Amino acid sequence: MNDMTPTSAERAEKLEGMGCKRKRVEDIRFTQGKGNYVDDLKLPGMLHGDFNRSPHAHARIKKIDTTKAAAVPGVVAVITAETLKTVNLAWMPTLAGDTQMVLADGKVLFQNQEVAFVIATDRYIAADAADLVEVEYEPLPVNVDPLKAMAPNAPMIREDLKDKTDGAHGKRKHYNHIFSWQAGDKAAADAAFAKADVTIREMIVYPRVHPCPLETCQCVASFDKIKGELTLWGTFQAPHVIRTVGSLISKIPEHKIHVIAPDIGGGFGNKVGAYPGYICSIVASIVTGVPVKWVEDRIENLSTTAFARDFYMDVEIAATKDGKVTGLRCYTIADHGAFDACANATKWPAGLFSIISGSYDFPAAHCLVDGVYTNKAPGGVAYRCSFRVTEAAYAIERAMDIMAQKLGMDPAEFRVKNLIRREQFPYTSAFGWQYDSGDYQTAMTKAMEKVNYKKLRDEQKAKREAFKRGETRELMGIGVAFFTEIVGAGPSRACDILGIAMFDSAEIRIHPTGSGICRLGTKSQGQGHETTYAQIIATELGLPADSITVEEGNTDTAPYGLGTYGSRSTPVSGAATAMACRKIKAKAQMIAAYMLEVHDDDLEWDVDRFRVRGNPERFKTMTELAWAAYHEVPPGMEPGLEAINYYDPPNFTFPFGAYICVVDVDVDTGTTKVRRFYALDDCGTRINPMIIEGQIHGGLTEAFGIAMGQEIHYDDDGNVTTASFMDYFLPTAVETPHWETDWTTTPSPHHPIGAKGVGESPNVGGVPCFSNAINDAFGFLGSTHIQMPHDHWRTWMAAEKLGLHG
Amino acid sequence: MAKSQVVMKINGKTVEALVEPRTLLIHFLREELNITGPHIGCETSHCGACTVDLNGKSVKSCTMFAVQANGAEIRTIEGMANADGTLHALQEGFREMHGLQCGFCTPGMIVRAYRLLQENPNPTEEEIRHGISGNLCRCTGYQNIVKAIQFAAVKLAGVPFQEAAE
Repeated sequence: MNDMTPTSAERAEKLEGMGCKRKRVEDIRFTQGKGNYVDDLKLPGMLHGDFNRSPHAHARIKKIDTTKAAAVPGVVAVITAETLKTVNLAWMPTLAGDTQMVLADGKVLFQNQEVAFVIATDRYIAADAADLVEVEYEPLPVNVDPLKAMAPNAPMIREDLKDKTDGAHGKRKHYNHIFSWQAGDKAAADAAFAKADVTIREMIVYPRVHPCPLETCQCVASFDKIKGELTLWGTFQAPHVIRTVGSLISKIPEHKIHVIAPDIGGGFGNKVGAYPGYICSIVASIVTGVPVKWVEDRIENLSTTAFARDFYMDVEIAATKDGKVTGLRCYTIADHGAFDACANATKWPAGLFSIISGSYDFPAAHCLVDGVYTNKAPGGVAYRCSFRVTEAAYAIERAMDIMAQKLGMDPAEFRVKNLIRREQFPYTSAFGWQYDSGDYQTAMTKAMEKVNYKKLRDEQKAKREAFKRGETRELMGIGVAFFTEIVGAGPSRACDILGIAMFDSAEIRIHPTGSGICRLGTKSQGQGHETTYAQIIATELGLPADSITVEEGNTDTAPYGLGTYGSRSTPVSGAATAMACRKIKAKAQMIAAYMLEVHDDDLEWDVDRFRVRGNPERFKTMTELAWAAYHEVPPGMEPGLEAINYYDPPNFTFPFGAYICVVDVDVDTGTTKVRRFYALDDCGTRINPMIIEGQIHGGLTEAFGIAMGQEIHYDDDGNVTTASFMDYFLPTAVETPHWETDWTTTPSPHHPIGAKGVGESPNVGGVPCFSNAINDAFGFLGSTHIQMPHDHWRTWMAAEKLGLHG
Repeated sequence: MAKSQVVMKINGKTVEALVEPRTLLIHFLREELNITGPHIGCETSHCGACTVDLNGKSVKSCTMFAVQANGAEIRTIEGMANADGTLHALQEGFREMHGLQCGFCTPGMIVRAYRLLQENPNPTEEEIRHGISGNLCRCTGYQNIVKAIQFAAVKLAGVPFQEAAE
């Protein structure tokens, strides 16, 4: 080879494959205002829908009068539950096996519930007329407290289920009870507690929060009466699921439904479910014969479409006096609001909550979750986490701190002592999960060294002394969290949605000139899929990432998949992409062998080409092979170069990380300054480090919002008091801390490229880290647990309770 | 409803139209003129997704009537590129520094950053953070948006950009 020939490394770099900080393809349109979001869509004759909503949290509907609304010039139709009954759509199934009112049928069960849908020629007229729908209510007693839901005299939320003793997940023990779900070994856990040296128990509440993407939920439904076909554009994280569910509900054959998710302005779990707005728009388009658009406003978004968490977790840990954990128990009440519309794999009513033993080697553990109905908005989605994983991580990470405090041990040292050891992987937890890979000690040690943990504790000690002497009014808190996630749902033996196995897919077609297109069953909402999937292909096939178009979101062209949530895109569709590439590569190898007149086995792969072993001058590049695939395939071989893979993962993946933060709390104002936040993530093989870092920044900022201020709050009458940006905390650039990111790499052994998924880790690990820091600040004064969110007022109240204000 | 005549200059082009007095500027831009770069995130002036540059000020177009913009000169993300068709330093900076993810806040954020740099061509990180605090982003955590704006500030000043050490 002469000096001008690029080396393998140089050729590999040009491909911009895995490991490259490739600039995002999506940004070219987004930075020029040329994204294509649902509300940008304008179709000829399109009408606009808007809801009349309930001002009451619980009330019987005596009468609905739509006369005045219908009389407004420009109003085309007004739909109520009575209208929907004529097409058998007044109720719809939820993903969790419950049924949900599309429009209020007989009574309303939560404030802002959808009562009537007004369709008009523009959105202003629709909004005006929605206000003119006259509804006569008879208020009923309200319950918004899940801990009171199963009291003998609690208001009955779901009269439709009055006589049903069985729910979708077994026996119901009260008329407001949805399900009981348990995991682990109760007898073994009880035995561990019976002989424990030390135990702790705490009611740890993860309040109701909302994912709150900047773009709300919206859709355009267009029914073509001539063809009998429905096209539905919408903000869908799972377009294929929407098509299948849409077909089952509407009875329109699935091949006559075209679901298209264009660019999506953030999802974070909010855009997984099916909402009344979608059903009403579809019905409205069928009724009117023209396209109908529905766009949620922010109040509607925060108060009706999806919420997350609302878990009341009674957590116990048992340990020996020298600090080895021996048992874990958790009893949880899960508030699902008026309908169980949580977006979990169907068989898992509490999601993957049994990851609650976290990163620690618990010999015995048991958890039990009871789901209940209240007069709150329906849902229970995963807000930037795999199903209920954030709740579990929060519970265990707070509880570990509480135990460390009781034992008089440093919380980091206590964790290190109990972390699952490297040689224990693959590790089977007390709940039966098989953790694929991990090197927890290395991660924890690196984190502690990077922040100089010992020095921080020394500084804290000095500051506490100064505080006691009255020299400062500031408390320093150090938060430590070590989390393990369970993502990438999922193995189809464990996970399905309404019976559809949770595999995912990739279809790759290489064109004659060596460029190509990849279509997938997932759907990006900002994660940068158009950029990263192409990088996997670049490395696998030796074609430049720039030559691969990535397309998602159109159910007519994309292979079937279950969508993007629960950090499943890389673990499942990323794997499918690699597997499809390998099919293509195998065919390309046969073509190369034919062209080079050698046996297949005499060829070896080198970055972007097959070359003859021992004779590297003789080779065929992938680009040459693509051309050949369309004009000189070996005799008997089918022409073309494409492949599809439906990937059913053998296991979940288990990303992990070590986070440490430092806060300074002013006890007189309750304000908290985040001095430092260090996040070490191990997501296995890293595809695009720039995008990974961006995901972590964003997830940490959401975690900061949740820990320090977010709550969807209801007053006793069921009024939602936090349904706008006036009162629901979203961090601005000013409050948001500076993030330090770091990593270790422990590939997943069962994933074709070793990747584990990363988008949700920072939310899962960040929330307990912040909360532990606040609790750590006050811990030496005798407090064991301060509930989130740690806003100024609540932090001031915590100081007040401890008598710090004199 | 009786309509009012408005005239404004948007992204260098004069636009004349009849609008209802209650029509919000954002709806006028998006629905009447198909200028869909500015987005609607809250309709209460909190999120800034609808930010446009109006007579030399950053304005949240979801809380201004179109008739109030009569006679105004407006620039949206669609008018940010340089006269020669190349991208503005901010557009380049947001891509270079990974200052966006879902892209929904980006048009408002860039238009806001444009005005910030007009007023303060060499802002500190703190000044940038305060300067964009009226624009919410749910994806990026702002750190890379700050870098993107620093990138643009440096580029506009004609010096090479050097990322600050962590």
